[in-house]
Amino acid sequence: MSLHVTFAVAARVLKQLRRDHRTMAMLLVVPLVLLSLLWWMFDRDDVVFNRLGPPLLAMFPFIVMFLVTSVTTLRERSSGTLERLLSMPMGKLDLLLGYALAFGLIALVQALLAVSLTVGLLGLDVAGPVWALAVVAVLDAVLGTTLGLFVSAFAETEFQAVQFMPALVIPQILLCGLFVARDAMPDVLRVVSDVLPLSYAVDGMQRLQQDTRLSGDFGVDLLVIGGYIVGAVGLGAATLRRRTA
Amino acid sequence: MNSSTAIEIADLRVERGGRAVIPGLTTSVAHGEITGLLGPSGCGKTTLMRAVVGVQIVKAGRVTVLGEAAGSPGLRRRVGYVTQAPSVYADLTVRENLVFFAAVLGVSRNGVDHAIGTVGLDDHADDLVARLSGGQRSRVSLAVALLGTPDILVLDEPTVGLDPVLRRQLWQMFASLAADGAAIVVSSHVMDEAERCDRLLLMREGRLIADDTVPNLLEKTATDDVESAFLAIVERSVS
Repeated sequence: MSLHVTFAVAARVLKQLRRDHRTMAMLLVVPLVLLSLLWWMFDRDDVVFNRLGPPLLAMFPFIVMFLVTSVTTLRERSSGTLERLLSMPMGKLDLLLGYALAFGLIALVQALLAVSLTVGLLGLDVAGPVWALAVVAVLDAVLGTTLGLFVSAFAETEFQAVQFMPALVIPQILLCGLFVARDAMPDVLRVVSDVLPLSYAVDGMQRLQQDTRLSGDFGVDLLVIGGYIVGAVGLGAATLRRRTA
Repeated sequence: MNSSTAIEIADLRVERGGRAVIPGLTTSVAHGEITGLLGPSGCGKTTLMRAVVGVQIVKAGRVTVLGEAAGSPGLRRRVGYVTQAPSVYADLTVRENLVFFAAVLGVSRNGVDHAIGTVGLDDHADDLVARLSGGQRSRVSLAVALLGTPDILVLDEPTVGLDPVLRRQLWQMFASLAADGAAIVVSSHVMDEAERCDRLLLMREGRLIADDTVPNLLEKTATDDVESAFLAIVERSVS
């Protein structure tokens, strides 16, 4: 492990993103547009906006970072730069953490913008501390990044990488409690929902909305997401092979 | 192992999809020499080079580089490898690419400028790699391999598509690196480049069909150029 190399990877990824103005704009602006659209749709119904807002704040960073990372790392695998890096004194963790750091920073900016918009301008009611919303969003983004890194190993083309999003992300959206409260789901689905990480992000957001103080349960939500991040980094590291056929 | 031996390959066997790409190969490469690996496309040159760098899964045999098993952590700083397709980031500039790889290797900024100069890309240092020609891109990839002056340089067709003047410059650079003690393995399917190598390994269908210096090879086959020598050896082994 070398911090120096981790930072070099993060700086390089950010440099590449910075040059790609269109992707950067999409990363930062699209969530804001969608949240505004949601607010507008429920123009006369603050209750629905307040119910849907927090889960969506949890979802955007997860989906977007999952997509961006799986395609970026797939590109790194297919262009030969990954093989080159792994033939150099580059620790697998250095690479994974560098990516997570870079996309985590983008997610932080994205989360700050989205939270300022929804809470500041659109009047989303949040009882708890607003900064904690951003913490959940960033953790979620890092989770998306690490999962994206992992699945990129199973995609041979960018088309395939993009298809992992409906396969792995949409079920989490359906089961995270946005459409049906998790308690009200059939038992089997309830259990599945308990295993999926996005459920905890949504739970955490909803707790922040309702409780004025940070509860122990909120801490558990964060820990679970953190656990999934560590697990995904481990799985991702296992897919980085220095030797290939 | 002889003290001047840089790379030693013993009974190397590589299979891909159940087929033996390299059925069993033994050879060695010395310090201070340019070893040319020649043969038609698909004969196993790249596979052999990958085995030396330690990125190839091998079925059997031993590849020893600088006294350590190929791919050992200790070698990752000492072996420079240039793949056939340039492995650099197209959306970064030449300098940004080198600065990044230099950080991974722990090489100073001076090393970056030197590497860019060596491959003749000073005028393009701040251009995006995506905007460069194919030949220029492979030179960026070569510059990355030169960072930190490695003891072993493995180059897979590094001069394809380059103009003759530049090609000559690069061969002069390889020669001077070899003179400083580096072991250089260069593959090519262009037989006329063979004349610049100190030693030739001719490959066909995963096997070495010749291992000699250019003058010896020409003398033994009674031919005037390496291409004819290659043909003579193949015909002799068929008949």
